[in-house]
Amino acid sequence: MRFLRLLPVLLLMLMASSSALAQSPTYGVGRTPTAEEIRAWDISISPTGEELPPGRGTPVEGALVYQRKRCGGCHGPEGEGARADRLVKRDGGSDADPWAWGRVLPIRAPYATVVWDYINRGMPLNREGTLTADEVYALTAYLLYINDVIAEDEVLDAQSLPQIEMPNRDTFARVPDWEPGMPRLLGYPY
Amino acid sequence: MGSKRPNRRGFLKGGAALAGGLTLGAVEPVRGQTPRSEALDFIKGSDELIAYGERSRFVTSVRIAHPPGSRPSPDEFGLVFHVAAPLQDSVGVITPSSLHFVGTTRGSFIPDIDPREHRLMIHGMVDRPLTFTMEELKRLPSVTRTHFIECAGNSSRPDRRTAQETHGMTSCAEWTGVPLSVLLEEAGVKDGAPWIVCEGTEEVKGSSSIPMAKAMEDCLVAYGMNGEALRPQQGFPLRLMVPGFEGIFHTKYLRRIKVVDRYYMTYNDYGHLTQDSDAAALGYQIGPKSVITFPSGGQELPGRGFYEISGLAWSGGGAIRRVEVSTDGGRNWSDAEIKGTAYRMAHTRFGFSWNWDGTETELRSRCTDELGQVQPSRAQVAEFFEVPLGPSFRVPGRDNSIQPWRVASDGSVHNAIS
Ligand code: HEC
Repeated sequence: MRFLRLLPVLLLMLMASSSALAQSPTYGVGRTPTAEEIRAWDISISPTGEELPPGRGTPVEGALVYQRKRCGGCHGPEGEGARADRLVKRDGGSDADPWAWGRVLPIRAPYATVVWDYINRGMPLNREGTLTADEVYALTAYLLYINDVIAEDEVLDAQSLPQIEMPNRDTFARVPDWEPGMPRLLGYPY
Repeated sequence: MGSKRPNRRGFLKGGAALAGGLTLGAVEPVRGQTPRSEALDFIKGSDELIAYGERSRFVTSVRIAHPPGSRPSPDEFGLVFHVAAPLQDSVGVITPSSLHFVGTTRGSFIPDIDPREHRLMIHGMVDRPLTFTMEELKRLPSVTRTHFIECAGNSSRPDRRTAQETHGMTSCAEWTGVPLSVLLEEAGVKDGAPWIVCEGTEEVKGSSSIPMAKAMEDCLVAYGMNGEALRPQQGFPLRLMVPGFEGIFHTKYLRRIKVVDRYYMTYNDYGHLTQDSDAAALGYQIGPKSVITFPSGGQELPGRGFYEISGLAWSGGGAIRRVEVSTDGGRNWSDAEIKGTAYRMAHTRFGFSWNWDGTETELRSRCTDELGQVQPSRAQVAEFFEVPLGPSFRVPGRDNSIQPWRVASDGSVHNAIS
């Protein structure tokens, strides 16, 4: 009786230990990074924006940062006409056809988080990593403003930025679920 | 062999001036008693040639800018540093590391990384986040596999003349490293994590989303290439191999892998996605593709007679099962010979015996992979997508269409796409 009552517990313990076994490291090579090391390296921002740091910025502040950080030296004072990529949409697009505005990040990106993330990780080129979170919010706000995505008085922060409805939010095709041994496109003979 | 040695030693003593770079093989003709009419030139020995060999000065095959005529920027502004491999001169399946295509945004993009300082971090939805030094990675069980990498922009057009211009943004090397699955299992992947996000060390820290199923299947954290360390242009000291996927996924200077529960839509992801779901599917995993490298555009046949047609076939879907060649513009097809082992997601060399009768004709190749996917012609793709076929037609997704070469009666070879 006693044993039978214990059986489910024993089984549970057995299951727990066997799955723990399957999960334990085989080689024991490598080191556990500290939480601080992970925090310093983990710059990934997803569309939900939940990884965004505290901070805030507006288009007006962003225009000043754009000057102060000399973004215009490479991208042009108004986001076009210099040697690096243009940052302001091309003529010809419309809300009905936002792709025609061109592959310009602050207009084509499906989520404003992609713009924030890229400025944060890569700009200003050769001086990456020197922007504060406030500056990245402000620059994102400025670039979205000159592309007519947000109004001049909008404040971007960790809450408002992921809420921005980019014109291309729903126009990106989903990548197929990948499984081993799968042809590229079902029903496509080639 | 042993009996030849005294001869050689005697010769060396007597001819010290000649001894420089001579090998036993080069001495052979002297033994052959045939009087030599012309003096042989020798490559002067040097410390460099002892330390790291060079090819003959008569071999001049080099990479070129891609797209043809563009300027691969050595600086931070050119916005392309795409250089294409000289496939028309290739033999076998391995692209020499020096000739491997490069696809990056700028020449100055290539970081100069001290491998002793380099770390790979695995974190996110794992039981145990881990960092590895290069030395630690090399302690783990390794695998060596041959795989191609192909750039999304590798497409043929009527104005591209040579196989390098039409197809040079693919290359194939032997890669050595640790299976990504080993590292992920060391860290212990939690349930509900269908994606990983990989990131490089260069200034914009290029980052791509890869399905966990692919990560566990055959991805490789590679430190070796063609028998030595990776080249800086290929991601030294560490790159991710994502066999059969579009080139951009093969993250160079790999420093971080985050295990995540959703699609992150990184800058790289965003830049390569499209609106059309069929095109998106066709651009993800490279389709079955082949090209005849000899005779190919820009080459000349000296006259009628026997030639072995030679080419490369590859597919992101696995191994090449079959290659067919047509020497009459696609009316008749015959099986080509697959040379050696057809590895999965690797260039595969094929050959086809051909007697050219000296009249104008068109050569084509098409391949079939282990999934039964067959390489289409441009006309077939256009018909499937119900769009007109013309010079400006672009194959949706990634161009894996059949490449026709026209052999003119004077022996010159031309791109036959019109
Ligand atoms: C030294 C020149 C330079 C400076 C300074 C610079 N950038 Fe850039 N930027 C570039 C280059 C070059 C690229 C393209 C990078 C690539 O493709 O790898 C780029 C890309 C971008 C992009 C992505 C464009 C697109 O549509 O894909 C954004 C956004 C951007 N920069 C914003 C900024 C901001 C904001 C600043 C100021 C904080 C800045 N940049 C400063 C050179 C520069």
